[in-house]
Amino acid sequence: MNRRSDKHSNQKRNRRPPRAYVGSQSSQEEDMFGALFDGGVVGRFMTYVYPYRKNIWIALVAVLIVTAAQLLIPLIIRHGIDNVILAEDGNATDLFLVILFFALVITINYFANLVQDRLIGITGEHVIFDLRRAMYCHLQSVSLSFMDKTETGRLMSRLTGDVNSLQEFLENSVTAFGDLVLLFGIVVIMLTLDFGLGILTLSAVPTLFLVRMFWLPRARVAFRLARETNSSANGALAEGIRAVQTVQSMRRETVNHDLYDDKVRDNLYAHLKSARMAQVMVPIVDTLTGAAMGIVILLGGMQVINGTLDVGVMVAFLFYVQRFFDPIRSLTIQYSVMQRAMASGKRIFEVLDVPLAINYDPNAINPETIQGSVEFREVTFSYIENQPVLDKVSFTVSPGETIALVGKTGSGKTSITSLLNRFYEVDDGTILIDGIDVRNYSKQSLGRNIAMVLQDPFLFTGTIFDNIRYRTTNATQKDIEKAAQLVGAHNFISQLPNGYNTLLEEQGRNLSLGQRQLLSFARALVADAKILVLDEATANIDSHTEREIQLALKRLLHGRTGIVIAHRLATIRGADRIIVLNNGKVIENGSHSDLIAKKGLYESLYALNHSSFDDLY
Amino acid sequence: MTQDPNIDSKIGNDAQILWRIVMLCMRYPGRVIIAVGATIIASLFQLAVPQLIGSAVDGALGLIEDNNTVGYSANMALFKTAALLLGVSILRGLFTLIHNYTGEAVGHMMAYDLRLSFYNKLQNLSFSFHDKVHTGELITRGMLDLEGVRMFVSTGLVRLVLLTVLIGVGSYLLLSTDLLLGALSLSFVPFVAYRSAVARLKLRSLWLALQERMSIIGRIMDENLTGIRVVRAFGAENYELEKYKTAADAAKELADQRIKTRVSSTTIMTFAYFIAMGLVLWFGGLRVLEGQLTVGDLTEFLAFMTILQLPVRQLGLLVNSFARASSTGRRLFAVLDMKPNISDKKGAKPLKITNAHVAYKNVSFQYNEKDQLPALHNISFELRKGCSLGIVGPPGSGKSTIAHLLTRFYDVTEGKITIDGQDLRDVTLDTLRRHVLTVPQDPFLFTTSLENNIAYGDPWAKDEQITDAAFIAKIDNFIFGLPESYKTLVGERGVSLSGGQKQRISIARTIMLNPSVMILDDSTAAIDAATEQEIRQLLKTPMQTCATIFISHRLSTLLHSDEIIFIDNGRIVERGTHESLIAENGRYAELHKLQNLSTKNSEHIATKTKEVKL
Repeated sequence: MNRRSDKHSNQKRNRRPPRAYVGSQSSQEEDMFGALFDGGVVGRFMTYVYPYRKNIWIALVAVLIVTAAQLLIPLIIRHGIDNVILAEDGNATDLFLVILFFALVITINYFANLVQDRLIGITGEHVIFDLRRAMYCHLQSVSLSFMDKTETGRLMSRLTGDVNSLQEFLENSVTAFGDLVLLFGIVVIMLTLDFGLGILTLSAVPTLFLVRMFWLPRARVAFRLARETNSSANGALAEGIRAVQTVQSMRRETVNHDLYDDKVRDNLYAHLKSARMAQVMVPIVDTLTGAAMGIVILLGGMQVINGTLDVGVMVAFLFYVQRFFDPIRSLTIQYSVMQRAMASGKRIFEVLDVPLAINYDPNAINPETIQGSVEFREVTFSYIENQPVLDKVSFTVSPGETIALVGKTGSGKTSITSLLNRFYEVDDGTILIDGIDVRNYSKQSLGRNIAMVLQDPFLFTGTIFDNIRYRTTNATQKDIEKAAQLVGAHNFISQLPNGYNTLLEEQGRNLSLGQRQLLSFARALVADAKILVLDEATANIDSHTEREIQLALKRLLHGRTGIVIAHRLATIRGADRIIVLNNGKVIENGSHSDLIAKKGLYESLYALNHSSFDDLY
Repeated sequence: MTQDPNIDSKIGNDAQILWRIVMLCMRYPGRVIIAVGATIIASLFQLAVPQLIGSAVDGALGLIEDNNTVGYSANMALFKTAALLLGVSILRGLFTLIHNYTGEAVGHMMAYDLRLSFYNKLQNLSFSFHDKVHTGELITRGMLDLEGVRMFVSTGLVRLVLLTVLIGVGSYLLLSTDLLLGALSLSFVPFVAYRSAVARLKLRSLWLALQERMSIIGRIMDENLTGIRVVRAFGAENYELEKYKTAADAAKELADQRIKTRVSSTTIMTFAYFIAMGLVLWFGGLRVLEGQLTVGDLTEFLAFMTILQLPVRQLGLLVNSFARASSTGRRLFAVLDMKPNISDKKGAKPLKITNAHVAYKNVSFQYNEKDQLPALHNISFELRKGCSLGIVGPPGSGKSTIAHLLTRFYDVTEGKITIDGQDLRDVTLDTLRRHVLTVPQDPFLFTTSLENNIAYGDPWAKDEQITDAAFIAKIDNFIFGLPESYKTLVGERGVSLSGGQKQRISIARTIMLNPSVMILDDSTAAIDAATEQEIRQLLKTPMQTCATIFISHRLSTLLHSDEIIFIDNGRIVERGTHESLIAENGRYAELHKLQNLSTKNSEHIATKTKEVKL
């Protein structure tokens, strides 16, 4: 494997330069060494298993039956040998009876096995689906401030990875129960058949436990290292693919090759070590099995010779010994599965414990339509305590009026729109819609009566039709097309090969940003709400598309109450009234001409003649 | 796969793919021989165990019947058998260790080779390939498919040897001891082998289908969480839950089906095994009663069956492993066999820069032969050191394509591009890309420190080079303000950068390399106008020694250029200086009006905005 490297060592520069890395430099630590058993986690997990308790009980009974059958089979063989085959008066009829009994046992075993595996598998699967659904459901209602803080990727890994490791645990734990019963059964039967021989045979077992205790921590370190180097190498690969443009234009191919070589080499060595660790137990278990069998043969054989032991018992012992080490082996594997499950469970319940910051009044009103007046009365709000984003903000908007919110980044514009929709709760003051506190509206009625177009025109995978219709599932094809026409999206949609049935790729990557924004306008139009909030995103849109967007805006706002966060002068001028915000306070409020006449901040901004107030800071 | 199914088709049939994997293992011939040899020896020792058990039983029994030399010699015989059994077990264990370990080792070494060549291949494949194949798809091939090929060594090849020896030699031993009993004890083998192979293949296709449905659930959850503001704004929680439920129910159905298939096949296999055992017990018992067979022989048969049970069940895994290796191998080799269509031609010379004289002569370009309209049509312009060119045009008009041709991410379809008289196709890629650098619109930052990010193109760079570049890109103040300054990590665990900050890092990264030709491809779009003007001022010095191309939809970025070309549908529709284009009163002038900018104002933005503190 050291085929390379020497050849190039004479190059004028070291090929592993000081400032170069591939892959992430920060390692993602796995919290693998948690508690083996966490009563809280298990208890809560059980509440998800509880609806299936009948299945679980049946499965447990089936497990007992299966284990009993496993234990019975060597005993039947023993009986056949001692009492029929080697008996003075043994005959074919007696043997037939034994075989008949054997057939009965294996048939029962077959059905019990079928019931056990099916019930466990399916129940486990369903519990996991329920749990995932519960998390997903919960996340629909947790406060947005939690969602703001938490990365989607992290939540996704809880929804998938952690949930899967719980599933593994659930499926394994029932088999582990079977293993334990089997182990216990074998011990009891061996001791009952012949106490002395049983004790001697079992004497090999503690050795195994001792060796395991010594081996396990070392092995786990090795396994972990293998996993970590794996994910580190994979991370570097992913980076190499995503950054290929930069890599090629900066000519980093050779340097990266060498650095990646180091990574995969580390990975190789870690895997070789972990393979050695895994395999080293094989001869030990085999030796102990051989020793136990040797004991049975030597001591049991001597007893048989002395006539103090039936040969069938010796045969039965040999069969039991052969089976004995399997459950021990799988139980130690279970150990790490369990540990992983506890850590995962903890993370899952952390998500489920995220408080619902907004409690909806069960007696909230749920009006179909509203007039559309909005009032902010002395509203104070902060994301972080004592750092108010809005400070006693008051203003009113009459039904059908459009106001523009102007101010630099962080002046509180977006917070105003978020509060109107009750994404967050105000610290102080009240927000009123049609003169009624937003806290008295049901969640559905707020969603129905306030439509929003956000800065990021987020689209979902699916057809254009589905995206425009979104949750207004009773909208017809005609409604959709009409909305698209109004916002000026119909033209480009009908030019697509599949028209409205065109599938959008990952978040509409196959459309331009401007086109996506138009679709999000159409979506808001179809939702047909009285109040329309526009967190306008023309900053990202090139000038060529902007005119269409301005036209769409006008149509969209017709006959609705509009609250517009505006960047472009064109939009701001078009508003009925302009509210200028600074540091969370309303400092100016009036029409374009009023504010110009006032010669305040707005006027000085306007005088600079910028195409967009975004350019200021 | 979804993008271009053709890339997988030319790799040959399944047998050829498997053979290719075997050949890859043969790079480590010594280890392969050890693995195979140890496998054979281990299985032979394994087969010796039942015989020893049988003779032990007979030994114990036979001596009772003979009823003579009870005592020392009998015990001695038992002792011998016991010792032999212990010895055989130890050796079996040791050889199992050797064959398992060596098998794994060969797999991992092969994986090491494959990983490196895969990585290398991807770094060198041209853009036309990366355009076609989805990033996620490539990552899957490099991780999961490679893993499938690796696993084939230990779960496929080594296991094949193990099973052949165990079942082959085992059958021979059983059948030669007693034909009828041997046949009975092996009777479960064909049934179980068949069932397990069929079930495995069926489970495999079920699993693939389930993965598909699970990925839909994943996508729904991911989109829901990413677009949570839209969901909340439309009060669409119930709609989203319904969407999720439909997908989850579909997945659950398959998951249940998968469990049922698996369980019904494993339980019937166990049942078949026990039936065979019952038959052996029955007929064997009759034989012993008739005196044709000893109890030891019967025990031996039963013990044999115990040993065969597990490997026979694994036949299904073996079939599965072959199926998986041929499909994953196909996907992996398809990438490895790809040839980059842009590479140094034979006898390519290093690019020599004198005046950085860039010339496009009637350049046309098509991304795909199938495309009806060329992306660029008959583009010509010239540019030299100290001068700048501005390119403006609607989205999709071909602006960035012009830039990509200059760094040879693609080759021109017609016409030619020269730098100081040298055709780009005649010079080495390495020197070309050392001299011609692009600052992309959406730069990629690596999860390493800020200084390493700036020094990406020259990881041997000195500290001053980095800080100088950061100064010109107007990012130095921001970096100094960070707790760990230039050592601050970028990304989740470090500082998260805004779009404008990323672009400035990217500008620094390029400036540091002193390019001869620099292309700024909309690379200031996310930087506010005031800062952009400052960067423009600072760039003046480096721009004196290089030819610069500005691509932008913001006119303020490029209006000072020596020449401006307006591109639409891949053609130059207007060209000239800012003043001449305004005077022409065409597309450019219209755009200028729309952007509501005057030359005078934009020059003063930087100074004036500072006076008006909001």
